[in-house]
This record gives sequence, structure tokens and C-alpha cells, in this order.
Amino acid sequence: MTSPWSGRTIWIVRVLALVSVLSVAATVWLGLWVTPPDKVQGNLVRLVYVHPPMAWVALYLAFGIAAVSSLLWLWSRTRSVFWDRLAAAAMEVGTVFTALTLVTGAIWGRPTWGVWWAWDARLTSTALLLVLQLGYLALRRIPGDPDVRARRCAIGAVIAAVDVPIVHFSVNWWRTLHQGATVLNTNLSPTIHGVMAWTLLLGFVSFTLAFAWMLTVRYRIQVLSDRIEGTDLEIALRERWSEGDE
Amino acid sequence: MWRDALLVAGKDLRIELRSRVVLNQVAPFALVVLALFAFALGPNRAPMVQAAAGLFWVAVLFACVLAVQRSFALEAVDGTRDGLRLSGLDPAGIFLGKAAAIAVQLTVLEVLLALGVVLFYGAHVHSYVAVLVACAAGTAGLAAVGTLYGALAAGVRVRETLLPFLLLPVVAPVLLAGTRAWQVALGTGPGGDAADPWLRLMLVFAAVYLAVGVMIFGPLQEAA
Amino acid sequence: MGEPMASAVSLRAAVALTGRFPVLAGIDLAVAPGEILVLEGPNGAGKTSVLRACAGLLPITSGEAVVLGHDLRRRPSAARRHVGMLGHAAALYDELNVLENLRFAVRAAGAGVEGIDGALERLGLVGRLRRTSVGRLSAGQRRRVALAVLLARRPALWLLDEPHAALDAAARSLLGEIILEAVAGGATVLLASHEPEAALPLAHRAVTLAGGRVVDERSLGRLVTGPRPVGPSAAAAAAAAPLAVAGDVHVAGDVHVAGDVAVAGDVHVTGDVHVA
Repeated sequence: MTSPWSGRTIWIVRVLALVSVLSVAATVWLGLWVTPPDKVQGNLVRLVYVHPPMAWVALYLAFGIAAVSSLLWLWSRTRSVFWDRLAAAAMEVGTVFTALTLVTGAIWGRPTWGVWWAWDARLTSTALLLVLQLGYLALRRIPGDPDVRARRCAIGAVIAAVDVPIVHFSVNWWRTLHQGATVLNTNLSPTIHGVMAWTLLLGFVSFTLAFAWMLTVRYRIQVLSDRIEGTDLEIALRERWSEGDE
Repeated sequence: MWRDALLVAGKDLRIELRSRVVLNQVAPFALVVLALFAFALGPNRAPMVQAAAGLFWVAVLFACVLAVQRSFALEAVDGTRDGLRLSGLDPAGIFLGKAAAIAVQLTVLEVLLALGVVLFYGAHVHSYVAVLVACAAGTAGLAAVGTLYGALAAGVRVRETLLPFLLLPVVAPVLLAGTRAWQVALGTGPGGDAADPWLRLMLVFAAVYLAVGVMIFGPLQEAA
Repeated sequence: MGEPMASAVSLRAAVALTGRFPVLAGIDLAVAPGEILVLEGPNGAGKTSVLRACAGLLPITSGEAVVLGHDLRRRPSAARRHVGMLGHAAALYDELNVLENLRFAVRAAGAGVEGIDGALERLGLVGRLRRTSVGRLSAGQRRRVALAVLLARRPALWLLDEPHAALDAAARSLLGEIILEAVAGGATVLLASHEPEAALPLAHRAVTLAGGRVVDERSLGRLVTGPRPVGPSAAAAAAAAPLAVAGDVHVAGDVHVAGDVAVAGDVHVTGDVHVA
């Protein structure tokens, strides 16, 4: 089967893969060895190079791309199968990042809070986000006409995306406006300076690159699988025609 | 659009009056949920009173799922969903009509649940305004999102399990805000106008999803 | 044959999918306004799918589909107000009674409620039946109610899916009359049927479907004066007397006349003319 992409695109993707792996490796190296441990949190602070970047990718990048792509698909003037595939790929890869955000967040919180989960505002919002993304994936799995599926998922993505800021605010207020709760200092943000700041920046960049690479790969898988479905359609059409010959 | 909405809402409510499914099945279910909570938290009233606001809204959410299921089950029989699409009704009108019918049914259920909470958990209402506004805004938001997801899941074979999974996370803010507002109203939380930001949130939620529904129900109907 | 008329329905190489299965596999179909077309074919050939596609309920994934001037590929909902469908299911609400169902359907279509009483009477749904819940009616009665909805809405395109099923003989001839009256009023009728004896006498043309495409087509020789068809009884009457027509005569088929023929206009016959 011929590849859906030109040779030049394949090279760009390969370069992207290489750069993202290298930058993630650099982040790991810097984060684990070069940067100093925090006064208060010790080595635990090294998660700051990983957890916020993942959260950024999961929430803003993945969900944002999925939402915008869905809107572009729904608007008839820009409708194209590209947007549907992009939205699905972004959501799927984003779900992985969201799950990782939750895991790193829990790991970070455990030694500080003493529990695996303390209903911290950000983590709670992220958890809800994960469920919304899983809902989208469930919608995606429903067998049916690809056009109907695209429409259903696009609408689902828009409904969920509209909810994200509302969830964010409500959970935030839940934690801050709620008086009388045991005051748990859930603020884990350490002070960042010098090489730490550069590492943090590198963290953001490298995870963004990794996401971009995974996104393109997932998109390509979608194109290939759609192609197989297309050939299936040819076969199905021919079989259908032969019904008339009997 | 409004005329179509009234037509659809009237039709849905008339069917409910005849068949009394929400009254005979969903309402008792909601009360059973309250009883289950009592079993889980009791027998001392203290924890129940503390939790009363939240338990009320959780019960409302469960009842909402059932009400939405019922509303779209009406169209699943005998080709009426196709009939509705072919009828020439404005999709935005169909959305508002169905949402309105669900909202009316939810209101009845909420009155019942509120009575239950007061009677069985021993809650006392301090601020009726907060209660009314919270319920009105919350109901509108729940009905709007419920109608959207109900229609989205309508043509799908796994809709019974899919609908709660899709609906409940999205309406979690309503639960959060409603509980806080009710805590103020029942006196189990901070007093004064601490309910205001929550009430505002619920109103924004309702407004946003009613607007989204009106704009998007047309394309949604085609995704059957 | 005169000037070309714009089709009421035009499908060209239309493909429609249900899931992955192509229910319509590149079908070509053209229906003229005022025509009565019968769709024949075995189960699974795609008759119901053609009707649903014309109603805009089945999305067309490739090819062309234009119904009453509206492009179904761009806006499937555009033609719905002018299309009436009688499917296998009656699309009625069981808990509501006959009158309420009719009022809802008619008001939803934006038509006036004055037509309701006439439609109900025509179909023999009178007296206590009007206030009976649809859930309590027999299958034949539900069909009548669905037909009454169609009659009261007066759509420009009628899509009937096996309308004769579940109807008794009296109801069948009533259906035939109603179809002819609708067409006389300018409607176009597409009829899918398993019962040729019931459906063919009404039709201008019959089309056989198999495997999601049209495999055979034949015209059924009706006498047409102007754009309006003449049903079998009128055709029989005309054939028994001297044929006098004021206007053009278009015949797709043979003409047998026992008597004189006087025509003040053109005669176009794609067939034989036998005048005794």
C-alpha cells in the first residue's frame, strides 16, 4: 500500500521524532541530575519539569486542538475529513497525557500530603477532564457510518470543551471558597530560578514536540485505517452489485 | 422556533400525563436513592443533615439521567424519531421543547426530593430564595445538557450505559455549585451571600448550554 | 416529448451506507413531477433505502441526489417540509389519541388544522375512534391514521413503503383513490411494493431494484393528458368511447381505441396505435 504522505513529509516526521526524543531525554537529564533539589521538597520537585508540561499538553493543546478541529468540521465551509481525523487523534493522544498528568500529580502529592489523592483543585479538574476525554473515545468507538460518527464526535467534543472552563472555575472555587475544610496546603509550586527555569522551559518544549509527533503518527494510522475501510467499501459495493445478477 | 418548542413540549408533557412514567417510576426511584443514602450515612441524623445539600443534588442528577432516558425513549418507538425529523419542525425548537418538558418533570422531582430531604434528614431551610434560584438554574442547565446528550446517544445501541457516562461528568459543576448554594440555604455552610458566586455559576452554565443546544441541535439530529 | 420537465426526484450514481454496508450502490433514478412510480424487487434490494434517501433520512455519501429542487448532499433537511413518508412504522405516539397525533403532525408541518377533519372522514376514522389512543388501534387502523396524516399535510412528494400491507380490500381501493387524487393535485408518488397486483394498476412506471441499483425499468402505458395522469377506470372509459382530446396527447405505451380518434393538438406516441 502506498504511503499517504510524500517523501518529504515522512522525513519531516522522522526529524520531529528525533528532536522530540532528544529533547525529552535532555529534560530528563537536566531534571534528574543537573538541577538542584528544592529546599522544601527535596528531590520531589523534579516532577515540576514533567507534570506541568504534561498538564499543558493535555488540557490546552490536545483538548484545544480537538475542540477547534471539531468546530471546523461542523462548519460546512471548512468541513473536511482532515479535521475529523485530527480531532480524534488529538483527543486520543491527549487522553494518554491526561492520565500521565494525574499519575505524576498523585506521585508528587503523596509524600507531601500523605495521601494519594487529596482533591486538589487542579488534579480534580484534570480527573474530570479525563472522564470527558474517555467519553469522547467511547463515542468514537460506536460502529457506524464514518460521517455520522464524525458528526457525533465533533458535537460531543464541543459540548465537553464548553464545559472545561466551567469545571475549572467551579472546582477552583470549591477549594478556595469552601470554608471550614481542613486547610491543606496543596500548593506545590516551588520557586524556580536559573537552570531550573531553563529546564522547565525545555520540559514544555519537549513534551509539546512529543505530542506533535504522536499526533502525526496517530493521524497517519487513522488515514491508513480509513483507506482499508475504503477498499472494504469497494469490495462491499461489488458484492452488492452481484446480488442483482442472481 | 418558540412555537415549535411549545408544540414539542406540550406533546411530551401530554404523553407523560397519560403514561405517568416519571411520576410512577422515576419519583419513587429518587426517594429510594434518598433512603439508600440514609442507610449509608445513618442512623444518626447529624451526618445526614450535614450532607443533605449534596445528597439532594446527587439524587437530582440520577433522576435527571432517567428523565432524559425516558424523554428519548418516547422517540425510539415506532419510528417517531424519523417522524420528528421529517416533521418540518425547527431543530432548535425541538431542542427547547424537549428540554422544557424535561425541566418541568425535573422540577416536580425536585419538589419531591426537597420535601424528602426536609422530612427525612431533618434539614431546615433558611433561605428560600437561594433554594429557588439554585433549583431553577440547575434544572435549566441539567435539562439542556441532558437533551443534548440524549439526542446524541439516541440512535446508539449502547445508549443506556453511554448516557450516564457522558452526562454526569459534564454536569458535575451543577452538582458542585448546587450543593454549595444549598448548604448556604440550609444553614450547613457559610451564611450571608456566600451562595452568590455559585448561583451565578449555575446561571452561566444554564445559559451557555441552552445557547449551545439551540445552535447545534440541527446538525445533531442528523447524527442519528 | 414537449419541453423537458425538471425532475421531482433525481438520483445519479448515488451511494448510501448503513454502517459499512452500501444499501444503495450507485443508483440512477429520475422521477418526473406528477408521476406515480412503483419500486419492485426482492427483500434487501434497497426499496426502503431509496425512499429514506429521498426523505433525507439516509445520507448519500457519493453521487448526486436532488429532491424537489433541493440538493440532498448539501442540506438533507431542506426538502422535508414538502415530503411525506408512510413507512413500515407508523411514526405515531401510542399514548396520544388519533386526533392529538394528527394535530401534532399537521401543526408541526405548518399546515392548517382545517384539513384534519376531512382527512379523518375520508379514511373512516370517525366517532369514538378519534379519541382512541393509537396504541390501542389495530395495525390496519394505525396505517389509516398515518395515511390521514399524509392527507392532511398535503406534501409535494409522497413516499409510500409497502402501503398495501395490513390494509383490507376496502382500504386498498381507498388508498388508490387517494393516491390518484394527490397526483391530480400535483403531487409525485413513489411506491415500494411487494404486491404488484395492488400497486401496478396505479402506476405510470415500474422500476425493479436489486443489489442497491436499478436493474429493470418499464413504463405501464397510462393515458396522460397534459401533466396529469388518468387512472385505470378513466382510461377504460375513454378507450370504450370515441377518443376526443382537447390538448396534447403523450402516451408512453400502446393505445387501443375502439372508435374514432379526434385530437385538437399534437399526438406523440412511443408505441403502437390501433384504431378499430
